[in-house]
Amino acid sequence: MTLQTMTYLVVGFTFAIYIGIAIWARAGTTKDFYVAGGGVNPIANGMATAADWMSAASFISMAGLIAFMGYGGSVFLMGWTGGYVLLAMLLAPYLRKFGKFTVPEFIGDRYYSKAARIVAVICLIIASVTYVIGQMKGIGVAFSRFLEVDYNVGLSIGMGIVFIYAVMGGMKGITYTQIAQYCVLILAYTIPAIFISLNLTGNPIPQLGLGSTMAGTDVFLLDRLDQVLRDLGFLEYTTNVRLSLTNMFMYTLSLMIGTAGLPHVIIRFFTVPKVKDARSSAGWALVFIAILYTTAPSVAAMARLNLVETINLPSGEQMVYDERPDWIRNWEATGLLAFEDKNGDGEIVYSADAETNEMTKVDRDIMVLANPEIANLPNWVIALVAAGGLAAALSTAAGLLLAISSAISHDLLKGVFKPEITEKQELLASRIAMAGAILVAGYLGFNPPDFAAGTVALAFGLAASSIFPALMMGIFYKRMNKEGAIAGMVAGIGVTLFYVFQHKGIMFIQSTSYLGDMSPNWFLGIEPNAFGAVGAIVNFAVAFAVAKMTAAPPQEIMDLVEHIRVPSGAGAASSH
Amino acid sequence: MSKNSSYWSANLRLVALCLAIWFVVSYLFGIILVEPLNSIQLGGYKLGFWFAQQGSIYVFVALIFFYANRMGKLDKEHDVHEDDD
Repeated sequence: MTLQTMTYLVVGFTFAIYIGIAIWARAGTTKDFYVAGGGVNPIANGMATAADWMSAASFISMAGLIAFMGYGGSVFLMGWTGGYVLLAMLLAPYLRKFGKFTVPEFIGDRYYSKAARIVAVICLIIASVTYVIGQMKGIGVAFSRFLEVDYNVGLSIGMGIVFIYAVMGGMKGITYTQIAQYCVLILAYTIPAIFISLNLTGNPIPQLGLGSTMAGTDVFLLDRLDQVLRDLGFLEYTTNVRLSLTNMFMYTLSLMIGTAGLPHVIIRFFTVPKVKDARSSAGWALVFIAILYTTAPSVAAMARLNLVETINLPSGEQMVYDERPDWIRNWEATGLLAFEDKNGDGEIVYSADAETNEMTKVDRDIMVLANPEIANLPNWVIALVAAGGLAAALSTAAGLLLAISSAISHDLLKGVFKPEITEKQELLASRIAMAGAILVAGYLGFNPPDFAAGTVALAFGLAASSIFPALMMGIFYKRMNKEGAIAGMVAGIGVTLFYVFQHKGIMFIQSTSYLGDMSPNWFLGIEPNAFGAVGAIVNFAVAFAVAKMTAAPPQEIMDLVEHIRVPSGAGAASSH
Repeated sequence: MSKNSSYWSANLRLVALCLAIWFVVSYLFGIILVEPLNSIQLGGYKLGFWFAQQGSIYVFVALIFFYANRMGKLDKEHDVHEDDD
């Protein structure tokens, strides 16, 4: 069977499963639609959260980023996992106890203010929409690369699938499809990693293989990698710091706080039956995430070593261009890999020196996508990687779309503009909002705005500097009032946006940047993507100062805070 | 309310302990002290590098389950647990 047929079969099979789940898990009430009925098992929710969280970027791009950053790539590994510790201890159990459907709803009730709720909706929509554009692009790219269909056709098919299960089933349909998608993506990620680790080190567990010796020698794999990179003039893999330790510290902190503050992740914890389930479910989510996140550094280092040693052979010879392996030919055809024999000797040299380097293009995404071919794995594994990439993008897109549509139908429509609508009308409105959100996301996928690449960092920056502090103070500081919370959110977002726009241009239009995006201009050497943590600190400081100067919140709000701090008397998530 | 306030302060102490460990394994071992720790080997890993790319994640997972377990006990001790149905 050809690879093409195999890929169609595997991807088609996974899509059939997703649609089957959609038909089975239809939503009958708003509670089904917003929180999957509130009865999801904590382990199942952990799995769904893992799929929700791990996007096309985690699946396709992260290992490639680490492969070229080495130690510096650790900011993503720690940053995108450590946030779950904050979520489990500072937010999830209390928000579950509060027992409502959305994040802005908590902010609106806790700060007894429709204005606070609307500010939270705006932050949520900006953070989620910027994030969803990346997923839409991931779906289109995965289709066009593996199934050789046109980008726009691929994107339309992906939108159609999400449309079926998200509009019919809401959170209920999304939850059970995400569980299936997690299984697909984790198999697709770990199988090639196991074989690559086995090839290089003889150890089938990639996490151990990375710390092992190269098969048949007593040289450690990481020492070998450091050595070959030094020889080619690159920085050493294991000590290559990203800009500075201060920058790495702030970047990691921003990603952690941002992760804990992203609404599409938080709302997953509204679906479990009890407060104690919300705690353990965060642990399970991180177990399922950690399987991929501890495999990724192995994939990164091993793929980099494989790449270098394919071109600069361990024997000291260079790869002869006409005798290059098939996988190189295949990826050259996609344009993601390119060579130029500058000195015309028929051999290819890979070097840190741009003058002599003859591998002129190497797209980071190849590090994951080409793995099965580099390890000579059968076609069904390559087909599975295609299905895995699509599962990662679809599951994250669906979670984000639910966060957006519930903010529109529940927070804006039911909460602010038309409180008198019935349950049935709200359910219809939430389906319409979901359909609308899919169309908008699809439109942005077809016509990605110029600033799309820069905006994922903005999603984390906004979540870190606005949503996380407002939620945390709402739970841990009873005296926090609406004036403090609103001033804090506005100040946090303001500082973060100001810093990002100052260096990257207003709305990411380069020419409007009035301070170049380079380290001498950065505050304490912190890159704009890492500024969310500073925004969060400003938010906390301003909120405390303003709260001290204004009246304490009413007694019933103090009682509400007392109520959410203890698990007893929880009841299921409800709309009133 | 005093029942709840002793529960709450026990919770805060537990969170403070967990977040201290969270900080130590990632920010301290993985970033601030990475260079000195790298002079120690853990198999083929430099120790600081291992904390940054492997160890901190394992500790995060263990911390959440430890916290969930201890909180379950605190809930019962202070009689604020949910009904078992």
